[in-house]
Amino acid sequence: MGKDILKVERLERVFRVGSEDVHALRGVSFTIQEGEFVSIMGTSGSGKSTLLNILGCLDTPTAGDYIIDGVSIRNLSKNELSTLRNRKIGFVFQNYNLLARTTALENVELPLFYNNTVPAKERKERAAAALKLVGLEKRMEHMPNQLSGGQQQRVAIARALVNDPVILLADEATGNLDTRTSYEIMSLFQDLHEQGKTIAFVTHEPDIATFTTRKIKLRDGQIIEDAPINTQSAAEALAAINLQKED
Amino acid sequence: MNIGNLVKIAISSLFRNKMRTALTMLGIIIGIASVIAMVSIGQASTQSVKSELSSMGSNMIMIMPARQHRGGVDMGMSSSKSLDDKDLASIQKNTRYVAAVSPMVSSAKQLIYGNNNHSCSVNGVSDAYLEIRKYELADGVMFTEEDVKRYNKVCVIGQTVVKELFTNGENPIGKSIRFGSIPMTVIGVLASKGQNGMGEDQDDIVLAPYTTIQKRFLGINYFNMLFASATSEEESELAATEITYILRSNHGIKQGATDDFDIRTQEELVSTISSVTGLMTTLLAAIASISLVVGGIGIMNIMYVTVTERTKEIGLRMAIGAHNRDIKLQFLCESVILSLIGGIIGIIFGLIISYVASKLLKMPFVVSQMAIVLSFVVCALTGIFFGWYPAKKAANMDPISALRYE
Ligand SMILES: Nc1ncnc2c1ncn2[C@@H]1O[C@H](COP(=O)(O)OP(=O)(O)OP(=O)(O)O)[C@@H](O)[C@H]1O
Ligand SMILES: [Mg+2]
Repeated sequence: MGKDILKVERLERVFRVGSEDVHALRGVSFTIQEGEFVSIMGTSGSGKSTLLNILGCLDTPTAGDYIIDGVSIRNLSKNELSTLRNRKIGFVFQNYNLLARTTALENVELPLFYNNTVPAKERKERAAAALKLVGLEKRMEHMPNQLSGGQQQRVAIARALVNDPVILLADEATGNLDTRTSYEIMSLFQDLHEQGKTIAFVTHEPDIATFTTRKIKLRDGQIIEDAPINTQSAAEALAAINLQKED
Repeated sequence: MNIGNLVKIAISSLFRNKMRTALTMLGIIIGIASVIAMVSIGQASTQSVKSELSSMGSNMIMIMPARQHRGGVDMGMSSSKSLDDKDLASIQKNTRYVAAVSPMVSSAKQLIYGNNNHSCSVNGVSDAYLEIRKYELADGVMFTEEDVKRYNKVCVIGQTVVKELFTNGENPIGKSIRFGSIPMTVIGVLASKGQNGMGEDQDDIVLAPYTTIQKRFLGINYFNMLFASATSEEESELAATEITYILRSNHGIKQGATDDFDIRTQEELVSTISSVTGLMTTLLAAIASISLVVGGIGIMNIMYVTVTERTKEIGLRMAIGAHNRDIKLQFLCESVILSLIGGIIGIIFGLIISYVASKLLKMPFVVSQMAIVLSFVVCALTGIFFGWYPAKKAANMDPISALRYE
């Protein structure tokens, strides 16, 4: 058994809209261990993004406890949460969120600027290594608008990896991509998983979830299913649609 | 985050949008350039007027008959014949702080030598005049007291007169020039003094014994003016007081009655003119600083738009670990860099403008270090002041809604 990377207990999140309370999360508890590849499923509005934002320390729960890598976030200040995001968490967004008119390399370097423990001369090396890991070593000097959607998402993944986080959090990371490119990205995530990365992946596409090792399903802010999955290989699925194309 | 990283991030953000950066700077550039140019031009004109006046002799004192008013009608300066030989003699005798005094009577004359002629005013003065007005001889000698006593027909001429009359390069000394019908012998030539501040040629001058002018040319026995010099610049006020006392008693002016003469010390003139030009400089600088404020508001405007436009970027930076302080400092840094670089370019432009202006207006090129340092400080403050609010707005964003912003 690996160690617990993160642990949530009776997590609740209430948004106040006007005079009404919106219960986005109503007591969610689970644990993710090192090396797991978890998909978080659920219909629209079920609370997936809300959960992920809390896991990523962008948001704090209304009630309940959250422990990441042995640290409880309950009493952390805003600045401590920022530092935690910088060191322990890698975000991948649906719309990539790359800085325009900025090369792939500089985009990947960005988190290191907010990390004083990384000396300036090491930044480029680490960013280049991360880009190599996602297969973009030949595109380092490209601007985002010179890259395809899939390539931009790879840059974003490299940026999430560059600080060597304990967990990668992806919110609909394949949401803007066609099936083929989605499978390519999932194949990359599977490679990273094989190398030992812990990943939590929000999606509402069931076929994407089959590439993960465990599925947590939400409805109305509560977990209705949490089970291991018979994991499919994204590389094989990709080969299969390539074959279909040739027909 | 350390300052080095901060500056790097700010600079690369500015570079990402070169056109906007340049346009934003333009306001500051124009503001600073106009402040620098106005201050230097103002100071240059002050300086040139001052140096002009002191080249005329900084301890010089001018005594003129007062303008006479009869029933509110200005009778003009020459209506007074109050200054005469008695005044001259008592000033020479009874003062401690007057080093030299010379009368002056002027007569405009046509000068003729051979086939050349030239019109200019002939000044009847005493031998002390050279010292008082800081003229020097290039050749020959100045006339003496003896010449004055005997109404001798001798004269000393300036370089322009030499050029106009002695066209084939002869030595003027010893030659005879006709003043209308009266021949006068040239005994000295003055060294060139060039133009004065008002663009008058100080070399277009003829000096002769005042008695010669009074008796042979005009048939009068009063003076148009007296020129005196104080023993030192500091003592010119004392000298003026002495002269006032003497003239009042000579002219029998009762206590409480106004003088029938005017005394102007050079010092007075310098301080009057400097205060006028100084006021002008301040005024010009004030007008120019309005454009600086407009430039600063331009920065605030753009920074404000920038912050909204870059909401997503701000959200992302927060998501990857930027502290609120980092975001605030980044935007503050951007606006300070923007205004400082704009300021440097503005200073350079301002200096170029004032250099060109000094050449065109034939003034000294004055670099006001104070204005430069001040502009620089103002730029930094502008950047901080006008960058503060947008930066604060950026730092206070909520990362989740910033990331969702479309
Ligand atoms: N900032 C907010 N203020 C008020 N209500 C919110 C806020 N964010 C989320 N909610 C509400 O919380 C609930 C869960 O939203 P959430 O974004 O987590 O859903 P989701 O599962 O990610 O949906 P989708 O699949 O459409 O992205 C929704 O009812 C939503 O309206
Ligand atoms: Mg969502």
